[in-house]
Amino acid sequence: MTTVADIVDKLALQVRTGTGTLRDRPVTGGYASDLLSCVMAGARKGDVWVTLQAHPNVIAVAVLLELAAVIITEGAQPDPETLKKAEAEDVPVLTTTDNTYVVVTKLAALGVLGASS
Amino acid sequence: MSATEPISEERRAEITRIQELIYELKIGQIMTRKLIAMSPEQTMAELKDVLRINRISGAPVVEGGKLAGVISIEDLIKALESGEKEARIRDKMATNVQTVYQDESVVSAVNRFAQFGYGRLPVLDRSGELVGIVTQGDVVRGLLKRMQIEYQEEEIHRYRASHIFEDIVSDQTGLILRYRVKAKDFVSGGEASSKLKRALGRLGAPPQVARRVAIATYEAEMNIIIHTDKGGEIIAEIMPERIRIVATDSGPGIPDVEQAMQPGYSTAPDWIRELGFGAGMGLSNIQACADKMTLNSTMGVGSRLEIVFQVK
Repeated sequence: MTTVADIVDKLALQVRTGTGTLRDRPVTGGYASDLLSCVMAGARKGDVWVTLQAHPNVIAVAVLLELAAVIITEGAQPDPETLKKAEAEDVPVLTTTDNTYVVVTKLAALGVLGASS
Repeated sequence: MSATEPISEERRAEITRIQELIYELKIGQIMTRKLIAMSPEQTMAELKDVLRINRISGAPVVEGGKLAGVISIEDLIKALESGEKEARIRDKMATNVQTVYQDESVVSAVNRFAQFGYGRLPVLDRSGELVGIVTQGDVVRGLLKRMQIEYQEEEIHRYRASHIFEDIVSDQTGLILRYRVKAKDFVSGGEASSKLKRALGRLGAPPQVARRVAIATYEAEMNIIIHTDKGGEIIAEIMPERIRIVATDSGPGIPDVEQAMQPGYSTAPDWIRELGFGAGMGLSNIQACADKMTLNSTMGVGSRLEIVFQVK
């Protein structure tokens, strides 16, 4: 079972929130998009979500969908408000300078896959 | 549980709860009050009988109502090995005794057990009187008992919430939850839908239904935040067989409802799109989640969106 901690390790991601629980969070799949409505429609529970959005609503979406973690790409910096909300809701926020496509290919190599429609 | 198996959320909550409890619980709440104390004038042979009969591994030694020392099974074994079973307890007991107060947190006892390797600690009240003894077993039992009580309370809580529709009898019982949504308040975006989802969980709604309601409500909530100037409100009417969400606002209104329903149709300005909203899928997302959806809108007056979900 792949956990958020494994992904952090293999992709050398920066952990911004949720440090303590990464090992306890299984990742069952992945989803990538920057449009929140698409995420609401397409992401599944337990997915890791790859996006370059970094504002607080990202956390609201992650909580509602019970996502495993959020990976923010291209070096985008989450607002302090986003990190505060993520800490309160216990959502791991991970950041990287890689772009979304690169992150997704690395996740796929680890066996983290998406659902085809 | 194997080391690689992820700890479930409930389990994690339990572990955290134990950590909290050792701070919350007072030693006086978990200690053994029934004191089996020795007098310093008694012999080690008498101690042997007391320990055996009471199945304990040590006892405080009291002289004139005050704690004089502690004698343990280890002291007894040493005395027996050297053939001193008629020795007085006074000469064999430990006098430099660590004690705890009954109004201290359990954590101070736990720390002292770990630090000094003691099996038991005499418990004093603030006037210095011996009132009990606390062992590692008392700590474990005390924590388990308290967790059992809390677990039962939570069960009752959940039972009450999930049986509200059976316990309160009317021809049609419903629960109304009202959430106010502020215009342009992106920071609180998703709060109404999160709260509603939690409430549905407590009321025992099937998780799949709760998820569909949460997604649809989120879209309705974000539409009010993004598109209105004065905000609006979301009312959830929860009944045993169906859930009805009504989202209303007072403007500006939707010029062409049919067009607005098309996937991808969007009027959102660029700054909203940059935030990741305005994909124009909100209404079609809602429709995909709902069993029935009705949208009425009058320009300059406002919009009213009604979404119905069948529970059974």
